[in-house]
Amino acid sequence: MELMDTLLLSRIQFAANISFHILFPTVTIALAWVLVFFKWRYNRTGDQDWMRAYFFWVKVFALSFALGVVSGITMSFQFGTNWPGFMESVGNIAGPLLAYEVITAFFLEAVFLGIMLFGFRKVPGWLHTFATVAVAVGTLLSAFWILVLNSWMHTPQGFEMRDGVAHVTSWMEIIFNPSMPYRLIHMLLASGLTVAFLIAGISALRWLMRDRSDELRKTMRVGVWMAALLIPVQIFMGDLHGLNTLEHQPAKVAAMEANWETRGNVPLVLFALPDEEARENRFALSIPNGASLILKHSADGVVPGLNDFVTEDGAVEHPPVSPVFWAFRIMVGLGFAMLALSWAAAFAMRRGRGVEGLPRPLIWLFVPMALSGWVATLAGWYTTEIGRQPWLVQGVLSTEAAVGDVAPGMVMSTLISYLVVYVVLLVAYLGVLIYLTRKQAQGSDQEPGKDDAARPETNPIPAE
Amino acid sequence: MTLFGDPTIWLPLAFAALMGLSILIYVVLDGYDLGVGLLFPFATPKERDRMIASIGPFWDANETWLVLAVGLLLVAFPLAHGVILTALYLPVAIMLIGLILRGVSFEFRVKAPAPHKWAWNTAFFVGSVMTAAAQGWMLGLYVMGLDYTAINVAFAAASAVFLSLGYALIGAAWLILKTDGDLQRKAVGWARHSLWGVGLGIAAISAATPLMSPRIWDKWFTVPEFFLLAPLPILSVVLLAVLWISLRRLPTEDDHFAWLPFTATIGLMVLAFVGLAYSFYPYVVPERMTIYEAAAAPGSLFIMLIGVLFVVPVIIGYSALAYWVFRGKATDLRYD
Repeated sequence: MELMDTLLLSRIQFAANISFHILFPTVTIALAWVLVFFKWRYNRTGDQDWMRAYFFWVKVFALSFALGVVSGITMSFQFGTNWPGFMESVGNIAGPLLAYEVITAFFLEAVFLGIMLFGFRKVPGWLHTFATVAVAVGTLLSAFWILVLNSWMHTPQGFEMRDGVAHVTSWMEIIFNPSMPYRLIHMLLASGLTVAFLIAGISALRWLMRDRSDELRKTMRVGVWMAALLIPVQIFMGDLHGLNTLEHQPAKVAAMEANWETRGNVPLVLFALPDEEARENRFALSIPNGASLILKHSADGVVPGLNDFVTEDGAVEHPPVSPVFWAFRIMVGLGFAMLALSWAAAFAMRRGRGVEGLPRPLIWLFVPMALSGWVATLAGWYTTEIGRQPWLVQGVLSTEAAVGDVAPGMVMSTLISYLVVYVVLLVAYLGVLIYLTRKQAQGSDQEPGKDDAARPETNPIPAE
Repeated sequence: MTLFGDPTIWLPLAFAALMGLSILIYVVLDGYDLGVGLLFPFATPKERDRMIASIGPFWDANETWLVLAVGLLLVAFPLAHGVILTALYLPVAIMLIGLILRGVSFEFRVKAPAPHKWAWNTAFFVGSVMTAAAQGWMLGLYVMGLDYTAINVAFAAASAVFLSLGYALIGAAWLILKTDGDLQRKAVGWARHSLWGVGLGIAAISAATPLMSPRIWDKWFTVPEFFLLAPLPILSVVLLAVLWISLRRLPTEDDHFAWLPFTATIGLMVLAFVGLAYSFYPYVVPERMTIYEAAAAPGSLFIMLIGVLFVVPVIIGYSALAYWVFRGKATDLRYD
């Protein structure tokens, strides 16, 4: 019983840490490339607006990066403090992947970040551009190694078990495991969409604050077009990712669709309250044959059901249904909301005169959608991670077997401390984001920075 | 893989050396920026901005060495990783929250509205104290064998104070190197005050390690080891003397020797570290688990070693670039 409490508390703690952590890499992975784009446009055109956009968004980047780093350090310690069984059993595989993440990526980001943030006037233009690219490549490599490890935990291969310890047989099979390409691209696109809507949302807020600068018009266009171009690709990739999951983790897909019995002509459940006791859906509202059509591309396609994953003695070996079912619906719902909004805006901007052509209600809608990428990304991660339960490494290591023997009281006290810190930091992050937005909207001349006024305008930003 | 003989012997040893090196680099590098945080309450608001500017471009990469060190422990010695970190559960959590607080304060204190700045300054100081003290506590408990007995806890508490003073010393030494004027003069005073505690701390840990284990006693106090190892304590005393004398004379007129306290403190840290490493080898969990018992499979270690050998020279190269770009006395940090 005591171990059970520790298990549950440790899971909540890890979920809290990883949920908080993922918010910030989701921003930095794509924002780094947007900054590269701004810098490249500036190098090509010499237009100061691109550099103004760079200097504004690099602040958001620096803030997000710091929060990502510190919450990431927390994660690397939690493997040992709360989940020693993970490393003891699959350390031979997870270890090198995590080590490669640190040595190739983390250092690349951390070292060049200083030059990228503070080096604009200290180093030649090409070196500053290079530092920006290095940081962007670093974030991308980080994402690659972490997604490799995470994908391997969903679709493990390339190893053999000896005395309860995984030993590598093929690194190629481990790195290029079946779900890796889908998961990696899905996550990178999620980051792109998060940043696109963050940029569009904050730009919309500035527009509503009566900021009419050319820099804002340019940034808003970048945000809207980025969103409009990425979202159809993401919906397509998401579908492929789902089919891949159906092949390798049918229990997860069954939970996503809240489908209890393996059969053909499975409806697509739009709304329901899945009841695990009664093993049925209450208040279901569904489209006939929908799930079969989506998953098997035929109306009578056979879709696996949850009841296949209950053993003869009644042990449940499928994930909890309601969280997976609902998280999946939130993600997909937001995806279609993104599609509708970004296409409507792109269409209006093409027909009209740039941002001026956007109807005011559309601009208003971008503001609440600024954080839609975060919500969708979290919902997606909950779908896939809760969907893997009761396994930590699918079919190899159960979550229960990996948890450390720490007193529940200790886990509880640290959990509360982390939660308090995270809530405070999240509020501070959003508060500062709005504060920076307002400051930018009011124009940089009115910044309270002491030496801004003293800076000679005759010292223009050197072009390359 | 059989190039150097039995890979189950030399691979764990190589990784223990790499891990030790990462910890040492971490303690020196993050040591100075943690130390700057510890000295925060003694500075005026304007001096604080300057102090932050002196570490702003570096702290991020400095902290990454901790991730590499714990990462190497995690990947090369997975069994020890679990044992050590579950035994140190609470101090690790305190350190992590401290690292979070100070890490974000760098960013928030310059971006948040001016009336909130004091809150982030406080968070930066409190986070630095939590981190330094928790690390000292862990070091003390580790040296005493990871058991929570009354005497061990007392020693861990003393160690928390000593390591914090050590960080304050290297932080002050960094400020002597990177600043000038009043702040530099103040930093010399801070360094002088913390030097006492550092000398005491080194003496305490040096006395405690051989006393806690007859094995370590034998490693030091037998002939010829005793004479071969004599340079370690002698050099430490010499460096302490160098620090004491130089701190009485600094700052000099034309800023000569501003580098001396920082370099001497690094030397002191290296010597203390070598002494500890010698005492504990071959154990990774003191008296319980050797690096050979705790090591991951040779195949996994080997693939990591390839990566490490390729990448570490590159990391050192571009770290050097970053330090060169931001060389000289610290100036205001700005994005544009």
